Amino acid sequence: MYGQGILKGLWVTFRHFFNTYVDDIRYAGRKYFRQENFPIRQGLKAQGAFTVQYPDEKLAVPERFRFTPFLVVNDPDHPEAPGEDWCTSCGICAKVCPPQCIWIVRGSDPTTGRPVPQPTAFFIDIDICMNCGFCAEFCPFDAIKMDHNYELASYDRTTHHIHDKQHLSRPLSYWKNIAPTTALEEAVARGGWEHPDVLKAMKKAGQTAVTPTWENMFAKPEPPARPLPPADAADEDPAKAERLRKREEALARKRAAEAGEPAQPAVEATAPAPAVPTGDKPKFDKQAMLEKIRQRKADKG
Amino acid sequence: MVDHPIVETTDIKAAVDALKQKFPDAIQDDTRQGYGGIIVDKNHLVEVAAALRDEYGFDYLSSATAVDYFGISDHMEMVYHAYRTSGGPALVFKAQTPRDNPEIPSLINIWPGVDFQEREAWDLYGIRFPGHPNLKRILLWEGFDGHPMRKDWQEAYYEEDHKPFESRWPDGWVHRAEERNVYGKNVKYPADFDLSKLSDQSEESLYANLGLGVSVQELTDKSHIKTDRLVVNMGPHHPSTHGVFRMIVTLNGETIETLEPVMGYLHRNHEKIGERNTFLHNMPFTDRLDYLSSMGNNLGYALAVEQLLANGARYQPPTYRAECIRVLMVELTRIVNHYWAIGFLLNDLGAFFTPALYAIAEREKILDFFEATAGSRMMCNYMRFGGVFKDLPERIRGVASRMNDLVRDYNTMEYLTELINERIPQSIDELDEYLTDSEIIKSRTIGVGYLPPEMAIAYSTAGPLLRASGVLYDVRRADPYSIYPELDFDVAVRYNGDIYDRYLIRLDEMRESVRILKQILPRLERTAGEPFFAGNKQHTPRVPLGEAYGRVENPKGELGFYVVSAGDEKGPQNPWRYHVRAPSFINLTALGPMCIGHKVADVVAILGSIDIVLGETDR
Repeated sequence: MYGQGILKGLWVTFRHFFNTYVDDIRYAGRKYFRQENFPIRQGLKAQGAFTVQYPDEKLAVPERFRFTPFLVVNDPDHPEAPGEDWCTSCGICAKVCPPQCIWIVRGSDPTTGRPVPQPTAFFIDIDICMNCGFCAEFCPFDAIKMDHNYELASYDRTTHHIHDKQHLSRPLSYWKNIAPTTALEEAVARGGWEHPDVLKAMKKAGQTAVTPTWENMFAKPEPPARPLPPADAADEDPAKAERLRKREEALARKRAAEAGEPAQPAVEATAPAPAVPTGDKPKFDKQAMLEKIRQRKADKG
Repeated sequence: MVDHPIVETTDIKAAVDALKQKFPDAIQDDTRQGYGGIIVDKNHLVEVAAALRDEYGFDYLSSATAVDYFGISDHMEMVYHAYRTSGGPALVFKAQTPRDNPEIPSLINIWPGVDFQEREAWDLYGIRFPGHPNLKRILLWEGFDGHPMRKDWQEAYYEEDHKPFESRWPDGWVHRAEERNVYGKNVKYPADFDLSKLSDQSEESLYANLGLGVSVQELTDKSHIKTDRLVVNMGPHHPSTHGVFRMIVTLNGETIETLEPVMGYLHRNHEKIGERNTFLHNMPFTDRLDYLSSMGNNLGYALAVEQLLANGARYQPPTYRAECIRVLMVELTRIVNHYWAIGFLLNDLGAFFTPALYAIAEREKILDFFEATAGSRMMCNYMRFGGVFKDLPERIRGVASRMNDLVRDYNTMEYLTELINERIPQSIDELDEYLTDSEIIKSRTIGVGYLPPEMAIAYSTAGPLLRASGVLYDVRRADPYSIYPELDFDVAVRYNGDIYDRYLIRLDEMRESVRILKQILPRLERTAGEPFFAGNKQHTPRVPLGEAYGRVENPKGELGFYVVSAGDEKGPQNPWRYHVRAPSFINLTALGPMCIGHKVADVVAILGSIDIVLGETDR
């Protein structure tokens, strides 16, 4: 008999069509909104296909989901250093970045010109970022993490797509919210909820950090938690000061050699980096940056 | 010496020794540090290759690629990897040529599968192959200035030879590359170049060798049109081509006389980027090759670099748990890929998207698992040199959004167990039930696109295409890697070599993958808690000098990475050469011969049955 194949095919289509509604009927009225039904709808027990009403509803992204990176800073209610960067501008993320979309200006002390463990500026060009997650994986300070926010569309790519430090910074509690398991694992590996450098200073001062657990994840750090790390460790440790001095000399020689000038004594070469405004905390200055770019262009001729 | 001594051994050394006896003047060992194989005098290359194929049984030429040793020894060389289809390791042989006026005889009469690969070497390195009948550019356009893979060629937006770039840190004031290279001023012309006289010869040269019987001028000249023959351009924008791929088809009536694939529309010089990158940088880039099976690409590259690292002192091989996780991921990828391949084959047969969507419904669940483990559904970037990125998570846990914080939460092992034991086999059976006995599919596919086994081998095809022609060759068994030797599975093989068998073999392979996965599950449970990484993770490892060829049986066929570490004596951080032997690219060599004599509608189905991904073809 002709037409059997068509009927058989239509039956398959009809069965799939019917299956889409099986779960709707089973969880009538509470299919999307009840906590306990949500995993059933989005898991292996689900039957048939269903539509997620984006953007009103979203698919649940797992903790390890990675999109563009963000920078971890202290929570705003941190008792001692609210909003302080975790980044020490060591530059490892910029080195491991495959498309080289991370730009870091290492912080330097405005008077001595020595590097300080804080970035003056930090940029990520999200047009170039390939969302690989290497920066977060290899950061030794847990200071850069992959965000879950995938809604980055904007009207103008030339002005909105280079994210600066202000745009990138998110408090630590945000990371604890979007990836609690990973945040806990990392804190256990560090030995506390604080920044690794703070923990190191605490250990040196003989204090013990609170062991990270699920319960104290969102607890505020105790107010008399720790002594601040010495402002300039080099002053206390002559060996370290010596190392630093040698390093600066070497750097100065290198710079001089690059510029094609004879080597100069270290004292003169450690002038503060240009375009860094002096002040308590160097902050990003667009004018200065543009000036610097122009300067560099002019240098290159 | 006997006239034709077929050496019945998998030992490569025996073959090399016999070959040296036969051609004492032409062959010498490659004694560079970390290199293997032999260097053949290029004047004797064709004879040696013929002897290798006919007398020593190396009938399968897996890869042929060029390397430019500019600044090291100032020559270029072609590197060939020949295998026996009965299994065993590679015989690597090389032919060297000076950098100025490079010329190496073509091996197209010995292994027709080098066709595209020699054209690629001409295109990217400028090596000429006397004897090649159709030596023209393949990935770039005819008229492109220069040969970009040469070490002294610099791309637009060139910044430095190697990453990481100096400008990023510690003084990384950001700028966009296009600010330095403004649109309208970003094209360089030679001094004596007259723009007004520019004419594009590339179309003309494409049509030149097609044997049309008419020239293109005559066809476009309205005064005398002779149209018993017709040239049809299928693509580059055509839904059947799975991307931007073009076939120039000459028709006689509706029957195909010749078919020439034209590719390169998605070319980005992946390999040049790879040579600028550090070794680790390349890992996420491999995801973008065959973007449907990124886990497999990761594994191939990791294997290649691990081979190099193994020459060093401090190398630790991946742990057993890492190998288990790798196999788990790769076999799930194979299932994902074959869902797509079958779904799209049905699309190409005209059943628009309903079967494809039925086929990929289960893929979604696998991708959810990838996302929870690796962080991304398709661009997984999961393998590392010495292990994997992270262990399997204990729970697959996700939050919908900040506004609507519904949580879904499963135990990973339970999820996997149910997926592998229930859902996937069920959906494979479903596909089988719907499609295998369908009258329409049978009448469209049986006997169409026949590829005889000897041709499949000669054209260096790989994967399902090769095995559907009755050649029992699977890298997992022929040249095993990872923990495949201890796993119990069969190599699927079918003998008719038509589209129908290529469809059936994909079903068979999915079932074999499920069989492997079922053996992996208890291993994962047994090794829970063991390290997933050997040694310390390094972000810029120094890789010992040498060459390595890592090959894996990817869903689309044999994927090989030829990686050379050369230059820096301390161990370079950047690969000197990074070559991808892409199965989609080389399988296309057989497309033309397979299509001759069929109708236009069959071309679409034949292309679908090869299963190409243009990200990998064009690189």
